[in-house]
Amino acid sequence: MEALLDPLQYGFFQRGLIVATLSGALLGFIGVYIVLRGMSYIGHGLSHAIFGGFAAMQLFAASFYVLGAGLWGIASAIAITNVARRSRLGADAAIGVITTASFALGVALFARFGSSGPAFDNALFGSILGITNSQILWLVLVTAFTAIVVFTRYRALLFTTFDPEVADVSGVKVGRTEALLMIVLSLAILVTLTVIGVTLVAAMLVIPAVVARMLTDSFGRMLVLSTIVGAISGLVGMYLSYYAGVPSGTMIVLVGTAVFLVVLAITGVRGMRRTVGLDSHAAPNVKEAIRP
Amino acid sequence: MAPSPLIALKGVDAGYRHSLVLHGVDFAVDHRSFTGIVGPSGAGKTTLLRLLLGSLKPASGTVERAPGVAVSYVPQLETVNWNFPITVAECVQMSRTGRRLPWASRTERAEVADVLERLGIGDLGQRHIRELSGGQQQRMFLARALIRQPQVLLLDEPTSGVDISTRHDVLHLLADLHDEGIGIVLTTHDLNGMAAHLPDLVCVNERIVAQGPPDAVITPDVLEQTFGARMEVLQHLGMLVVVDSSGPGRLAG
Repeated sequence: MEALLDPLQYGFFQRGLIVATLSGALLGFIGVYIVLRGMSYIGHGLSHAIFGGFAAMQLFAASFYVLGAGLWGIASAIAITNVARRSRLGADAAIGVITTASFALGVALFARFGSSGPAFDNALFGSILGITNSQILWLVLVTAFTAIVVFTRYRALLFTTFDPEVADVSGVKVGRTEALLMIVLSLAILVTLTVIGVTLVAAMLVIPAVVARMLTDSFGRMLVLSTIVGAISGLVGMYLSYYAGVPSGTMIVLVGTAVFLVVLAITGVRGMRRTVGLDSHAAPNVKEAIRP
Repeated sequence: MAPSPLIALKGVDAGYRHSLVLHGVDFAVDHRSFTGIVGPSGAGKTTLLRLLLGSLKPASGTVERAPGVAVSYVPQLETVNWNFPITVAECVQMSRTGRRLPWASRTERAEVADVLERLGIGDLGQRHIRELSGGQQQRMFLARALIRQPQVLLLDEPTSGVDISTRHDVLHLLADLHDEGIGIVLTTHDLNGMAAHLPDLVCVNERIVAQGPPDAVITPDVLEQTFGARMEVLQHLGMLVVVDSSGPGRLAG
């Protein structure tokens, strides 16, 4: 008990604990849609793309770097979607080119000009140090926005995830729904970046959702379970990070991985069978018509 | 007097990216339609269906729709992710896109139960979609289409990958729906099992080769123009039977 209460006497740990738990829950929640759409690679790519915006905006617009990096991430997400849909370049290639270029730009900017905000290593692997109240506020706002989007667009998101072509002819605005999901994803990555880290965000999008998929065949229950697994990983990972003295993102992902292994051992073949088909990368699902 | 069409394609060319798949297509669907689209792979059957659906815009020509016409679509079973975490009832319910709240209203739950019951799968609502047989899967998607109360029902290869008994069931189910006043258009590869039993056929190979009742359309000349191979057409117990006339020894020779 003492081990649980001791770190709470420090303000930085209290803020870190709130952010890590909420980050885990948010990424676990949104990760269900990402994993079921076969977009895990987009989550990975987008976190790297946002890093470029994160670095650039800290240099050129220090006060507004969260907003700037968010816009950068959304622009990257839209660019990925458009390049993959409209050109002969495949979705994987488009993600690879756009996001690694953005990441490389971020590294170059950090190397050349240094940083006026969180340090380079913290951005890559996450840190519980230096979390401000405004970061907590951003995270709460994005979490609330995500919950509202999913609540009010639940059927459209489910329909476009399961069967985009039929959703399209059933009156769902598929393009708009996908754009909304990419915006939510970009914002979620952005506000969790400082605690989880660029290189590990994708893992927290994928692991809780895969664990939840192994446990249930119901979409609604999968959303709830994935959110809980993400939150627990964030909470436990933060304590372990404090005691082990390693970056928070690393421990959060390792806790998630441990949960995955335990669930895999319990559910066995049935659990593995449920995850079949979650590994396909995103690709345009509707062929583009010839323009008149 | 013929009823006014619900959907009409006039002089339509259509395709994907830089290649046209269909040329100069004139085709109409009304509430009396019960039409099978036949043709070889890549002939443009699914493209024609997508034009009717409105998910594909024509490169030239026009697609006219009656105001407010309700069209539902049943996809090929092979294209569905059967591992998706969803129950039969959830699948049917998702096409009621008018409601914004995640959970179903009492009325909606009753409607879903009714349509599942009508299609003979009323006791399977809480099953995962993977646990259904081929025929039950087809019925589930029909339920999802019917709950939208369509005037036109479009089906892509509804008997692909199902056994003879299921094919028979599906055909009779579609005939019942047609009798209730729903216009039905489907694509099929299955000339003998499916197409020969439909009242109206369209043979497609990048254009409409022929359209009409089976005994007018299923002829050796039309089939050769459509499939690029000579076929014999026989009468057996009052039914048309298509036989590949290339013979069994052709490949070896």
